[in-house]
Amino acid sequence: MNRSLRPLVATTLIFLFAFLLAVLQHPAMMSTRVLGNFLTDNAFLGIAAVGMTFVILSGGIDLSVGAVIGFTTVLIAVLIMWLDLHPLLAFAIALGVAGSFGAVMGAAIHYLKVPSFIVTLAGMFLARGGASVLSSDSIGIQHEFYSTVSKSYILLPGGGRLTVIGIIMLVVFAGAILLAHRTRFGSNVYALGGSETSAALMGVPVARTTIMIYALSSALAGLAGVVFSLYTSAGYSLNALGVELDAIAAVVIGGTLLTGGYGFIAGTFIGVMLQGLVQTYIVFDGTLSSWWTKIVVGVLLFMFILLQRLVFRAGSRRT
Amino acid sequence: MIETGQKPVLEARGIVKVFGQHRALDAVDFTALPGEVHALLGENGAGKSTLIKILTGAYQPDGGDLLLEGQPITLRDPLHGQTYGIGTVYQEVNLLPNRSVAENLFLGRQPTRFGLVKRREIEGQARALLARYGLDLDVRAELSEFSVAVQQIVAIARAVELSGKVLVLDEPTASLDRNEVERLFDVVRGLKAKGLAIIFITHFLDQVFALADRVTILRNGRKVATQPLSAVNTTDVVRMMLGKDLAFEHHPTSLSGGPQGAVRVEFKGLGRKGMTPFDLAVHEGEVVGVAGLLGSGRTEVARLMFGVDAAEGGTITVDGQPVTIRNPAQAVAAGFGFCPEDRKLDGIFGDLSVRENIIIALQAKLGWFKALNRDDQIELSGRYAEALDIRAADHDMPVKLLSGGNQQKVILARWLAIDPTFLILDEPTRGIDVGAHAEIVRTINRLREEGLALFVISSELDEVVAYSNRIVVMRDREMVAELHGDDIAPDVIVQSIAGTRAEVRP
Repeated sequence: MNRSLRPLVATTLIFLFAFLLAVLQHPAMMSTRVLGNFLTDNAFLGIAAVGMTFVILSGGIDLSVGAVIGFTTVLIAVLIMWLDLHPLLAFAIALGVAGSFGAVMGAAIHYLKVPSFIVTLAGMFLARGGASVLSSDSIGIQHEFYSTVSKSYILLPGGGRLTVIGIIMLVVFAGAILLAHRTRFGSNVYALGGSETSAALMGVPVARTTIMIYALSSALAGLAGVVFSLYTSAGYSLNALGVELDAIAAVVIGGTLLTGGYGFIAGTFIGVMLQGLVQTYIVFDGTLSSWWTKIVVGVLLFMFILLQRLVFRAGSRRT
Repeated sequence: MIETGQKPVLEARGIVKVFGQHRALDAVDFTALPGEVHALLGENGAGKSTLIKILTGAYQPDGGDLLLEGQPITLRDPLHGQTYGIGTVYQEVNLLPNRSVAENLFLGRQPTRFGLVKRREIEGQARALLARYGLDLDVRAELSEFSVAVQQIVAIARAVELSGKVLVLDEPTASLDRNEVERLFDVVRGLKAKGLAIIFITHFLDQVFALADRVTILRNGRKVATQPLSAVNTTDVVRMMLGKDLAFEHHPTSLSGGPQGAVRVEFKGLGRKGMTPFDLAVHEGEVVGVAGLLGSGRTEVARLMFGVDAAEGGTITVDGQPVTIRNPAQAVAAGFGFCPEDRKLDGIFGDLSVRENIIIALQAKLGWFKALNRDDQIELSGRYAEALDIRAADHDMPVKLLSGGNQQKVILARWLAIDPTFLILDEPTRGIDVGAHAEIVRTINRLREEGLALFVISSELDEVVAYSNRIVVMRDREMVAELHGDDIAPDVIVQSIAGTRAEVRP
């Protein structure tokens, strides 16, 4: 078996096992209703994690994700409530702003040769600060489009609801899988993560690819902001604090190597679902503090980093 | 076999390249004919790699012209060179270890439909392409799963596919074993028959004679000669490369006596998992050479001695006093020095200056609170640079800009600066040209004469023979033989490594 598949298989098995345990204890968790909520509640995290997967595959990191989500929710609220724009137009503007923001970060990373860690850290402060400047208070959104969206869903057999934002996340994942594994852009992302020098010598447009990767990550963070806005019907500068770290955790638990070059979008999906499962379990249990989610995620993360270390060390021994 | 009337594919006329004050290339002419293998030889710093970088577009010349099939061209970068038909394969395979073989062959030019890569088609084409090179392998598997030789062939296949007129092979055989080299040569001969001009750079003279039709020799940035190989022999070539009479026909006349001096270091029962414990005593003024194939445990022994890997049992005494060595810091405190096999990875600090690289071990030994002041540093590095003939324009320049031979001497200087009792050298001449080999060999001999105890690992049998008082032969992670006196000869070593010596000598 391809060794980069091993962490993915491990994640999948752990997820199935954990789900089985949870269902044995709380049989009610095995319903489409829970499943539907699962998708809805984790949609913004999932979408952000998709962008993060591309960044990490290319060997970088994007710390601005949470701040961009927060900024987008505020921007959308401002555009709709203060400027009376239609939500769809507001979404388009927000996505454009977020995408350009990422493109600028990507350009800085490539042309100024500054580590992505530093550039996106600056991006994080900028976006969070910008959001607070727009409005430091939470802005509630009242618009019929919002109520229509929140009322629209596909009824699943068993009473579950597949909401619009759940569908958006699934579509993003499907599109990202094609983009990563079946397009030249995807190949170039993996190539950068494998070896930037080799990639450049092999004709990969390094500058363009880097800029596109960070633009994609920020645009998806923007989309996550849109989803967050639809989910909470409000814009607040402190929304989605620390989500970038949850996203990184989901990507790593999903089997993507933090140093880049190896990993799968599908793994990230399972990484997100695993985090969601832990949260849902805690809700069902009722007695556990929600901080247990963090502890479980921490343990999983540590386990996966160890696992990757072992898998890739074993594989590179022959040199 | 090569008619003089043939038109060159690639021609360089009067190429000049200046770095700072240093003329790396001075009016060098070079021609590559279709259907020939043209070897490029020269010592470190002769200008080989600079010339190659100009031919492939990585550097731009400061003077002179490049002509492709008679037309002047200007190359911006290697990619641009590729579009003109000039492809390069480097020693360190510049492909993507994390991607499939097929993708490595087609990256950047994947056929797509509606923006989606046609994976089946790529895989089919990749299989067909590699079949022409005699490779039948799973093109969907990761490149890193294959041996370096296969990776080289894949790199060649990609380069030929993309360029197809000139193929530059920059030390492609450096990390291959004999069979792999043969395999690679078959591929190269096949391409030659197809009319490609192949430029071949290597350190191995026997490979030049085995494969090349013509040879161009550079020395100190100037072209010495271009000759058909049928007209020259090894001695001619080496003489042209070095430009001086070789003190390389070395034979150990003075060495055949027993150990000089007192026992300096003694290892007793040193071993660890997967490594048979060994006993060894090294005397003052003695070089113990180590011979053995790759993977025979040579490097592992050195790492045990220096505490890089902790030993699981055994004792070490230095000048009669027992010492404990469980990590390199303790080894340094005991007066040990270690020049590892992979200089770039384990030896030099590429971005630090020559001076800093030389004083770093001494500073580490002195500890945090006794910083060497700048004058001491300059004095020390100057002394050792002179003693070892380190050629650097300036001791404040980053050591990574030096040639391999000079880098090796910087590491030697580093350990000499701590006034060592015992020096371990792992492949001191690896990746260094013939001329510098002779110098390193001379340096080792001089250190021995000065009373140092040395333990030198080398796969160059001629060299081990040239400096060793004794030779330890390793096989399957065990010291299997110790050779003295007249037995210190390449033939005996080979038999001993192969394990046939007992039968040969009843």
